Amino acid sequence: MGVTTFKGGVHPYDGKDLAKDQAIVELKPQGVMVYPVSQHIGAPAKPVVEKGDHVLVGQKIAEAGGFVSSPVICSVSGTVKAIEKRLTAGGAVVDAIVVDNDQNYEAIEGFGQARDYTKLSRDEIVNIVKEAGIVGLGGAGFPTSVKLMPKNIDKIDYFLVNAAECEPYLTSDYRDMMETPEKIIGGLKVILSIFPNAKGVICVEDNKPDAIKLLSEKAQGESNIEVAALQTKYPQGGERQLIYAVTGRKINSSMLPADAGCVVDNADTVVAIYEAVCESKPLVRKIVTVTGDAVAKPGNFKVPLGMNYQEIIDQAGGFKADPEKIICGGPMMGIPLFKLDIPVAKNSSSILALLHDPVSSEPTTACINCGRCVEACPENLVPTMLMKAGLSKDTSKFAELYGMECIECGCCSYVCPAKRPLTQAFKQMKRLVNAEKRAAAAKAKAEAEAKAKEETKSTEEVKK
Amino acid sequence: MNKMLNLSSNPHIRDEVTTSEIMRDVVIAMIPTTLYGIIQWGFNAALVVILTVAFAVLSEYAYEKFMKMTITIGDWSAAVTGLILALNCPPDIPVWIPCVGAVFAIIVIKMLYGGLGKNWMNPALGARCFLLISFAGKMTGWTVVGPDAMSGATPLAFMKAGGDMAKVDLMNLFLGRIPGTIGEVSKLCLLIGAAYLIIKKVISPKIPCIYIATVAVFTLLFGGHGFDINYVLCEILGGGLIFGAFFMATDYVTSPITPKGQIVYAIILGVMTGLFRLFGGSAEGVSYAIILTNIIVPVINLKTIPKAFGREDEK
Repeated sequence: MGVTTFKGGVHPYDGKDLAKDQAIVELKPQGVMVYPVSQHIGAPAKPVVEKGDHVLVGQKIAEAGGFVSSPVICSVSGTVKAIEKRLTAGGAVVDAIVVDNDQNYEAIEGFGQARDYTKLSRDEIVNIVKEAGIVGLGGAGFPTSVKLMPKNIDKIDYFLVNAAECEPYLTSDYRDMMETPEKIIGGLKVILSIFPNAKGVICVEDNKPDAIKLLSEKAQGESNIEVAALQTKYPQGGERQLIYAVTGRKINSSMLPADAGCVVDNADTVVAIYEAVCESKPLVRKIVTVTGDAVAKPGNFKVPLGMNYQEIIDQAGGFKADPEKIICGGPMMGIPLFKLDIPVAKNSSSILALLHDPVSSEPTTACINCGRCVEACPENLVPTMLMKAGLSKDTSKFAELYGMECIECGCCSYVCPAKRPLTQAFKQMKRLVNAEKRAAAAKAKAEAEAKAKEETKSTEEVKK
Repeated sequence: MNKMLNLSSNPHIRDEVTTSEIMRDVVIAMIPTTLYGIIQWGFNAALVVILTVAFAVLSEYAYEKFMKMTITIGDWSAAVTGLILALNCPPDIPVWIPCVGAVFAIIVIKMLYGGLGKNWMNPALGARCFLLISFAGKMTGWTVVGPDAMSGATPLAFMKAGGDMAKVDLMNLFLGRIPGTIGEVSKLCLLIGAAYLIIKKVISPKIPCIYIATVAVFTLLFGGHGFDINYVLCEILGGGLIFGAFFMATDYVTSPITPKGQIVYAIILGVMTGLFRLFGGSAEGVSYAIILTNIIVPVINLKTIPKAFGREDEK
């Protein structure tokens, strides 16, 4: 086993007391449902329904657009109203299938039927996960079926359930663990049936002792499942930090967890796998924490995918005062929202509404070289130096200083006494470096093609 | 909801610590030794402290006003510079000398290089060395302390001149009943301040401890007194080492930012201090050691950039 934590990191105010003891409440949407075709990493899904079609709960309304892609499943029954551009939490305007909810929740045949996973082959399980539209529910949205098919399946010796939930304020994974621990264990058992040599480890930060205790009890008697208590420190749930904490192995930006013999999935994703494989329920819901000091009644909610954010907040009890900032996700890595007319998607996250936005009210001052960012960086980078490269848009210097290893966790900006926007600068620089790489690759390809053309021409001339 | 929502890149929360709080903590940490100096030496020392700090702050204000820049005296950094310079002056110095030094520190060493964070040399120490060169006699005129304490020379000068070690009382050295600059003598007060900074996580004990340990080893090896712990302790407590190690070598702006670089820097400081003290013309060496090592800090940083997580094994 590893060292239960990593070097660096920060301890922000965790704000979890606001919502952690609120049991998950299921919400029923009244308004129209919106299903973006791109709510995962990879190619957008292709709609397989048309305007006017009647759709059911659990019906596939868009199919995977490639190997790394994921289908979209309808979460209500009703009529397809339109396929049009809609705004998503990330700020992109993408094609979306808009469904008029008829409130009947009529489901497809076999929806919710119990199924025995031990009678399924590995390929069947992976296919169920793929067709259920399951992607990483921690926020990244990487198609889970792809993760379950690494090249060297026998070399995978760890499957890690990421239940660290290191982002402040968020409590949805915690509620999952407290309310449906058997689904986490169950999902893990399904997954372990695919990986013959793997040990399943449920990774929980030690600020959730009751969840650790409960899961340990439920996992008793399972020889290949254990619960790891990790030190409470942000970003403990970062993939590289989590793998290192549990196994002592290190991966960098050009490696996959599978290169270190690991597959990592978020706790709610494992629950979704259980529901898809053992209960024949494709991914149609998400657990959303609605919290923050601007929220009247913070809580955790099970919402159908496609439900409008504004409606969730209204049903949750609304705001007690106008928030200055609304964040999709946690305060360290979340995306700020400028309007609430957006749908819940697989890769969108909790709603955090803050009365006061400290970032906008504090002026940025000169860097005093104090080194707090160096101490906080979980990737062992020197943010002050990267910032200098960033300010002069020096992409080669940025890459040389390992800037591409940045995981954008926000620790450097968090600790900076001069309130400098370090993380923001690195996000921009990483995109710039990638854009340059793509441009260079495109140029090289064009040149190679031109050269090949030239050569065929000259050989043709020789033939003549 | 009628208000427009704020948008900004993550993270959306910030640690509470600010630059001005850090600088204010440094000033607070120097209060015990400042009070000790003023009580021990009286009115002139108090005047030096007040005027030097005032001149440092005012010259930053005047420069920024004149150059139409944002006024930054609220960040306390000019006050820190002024106070360190004042505490580095002899108690009976004519007050105009440190005032000139304060203006030099702020205008020439700090502001002309771009202000806070851009200067490559510790402003207070740079100014002290400027004053030492310009007003050598006045900067090294020591005031006698009490009838039973040592008189005439600082403990380091006394030992360098081959004085009788038996006459050096370690307790006097520790408490500050010795000649020296206003703020360097009371090691007890300095260590109280240093402990405050360490507890508040303003500084790490890494650089000071390695620095002091290196000086100890160096003097043990080359001091010519054999294995004499008493002598080594006199070297550590006798001059400006404790003050320099905890309050000046740890200056963020002019010390390396990389973890390895900080070790290298502290060792170089120790060796330089030892060289200046044992083989140089003066008995003191801390100020020169620090400002000269400041010059190579950028090189130390560049040569000690840590490898990223997961890339340790690469070339």
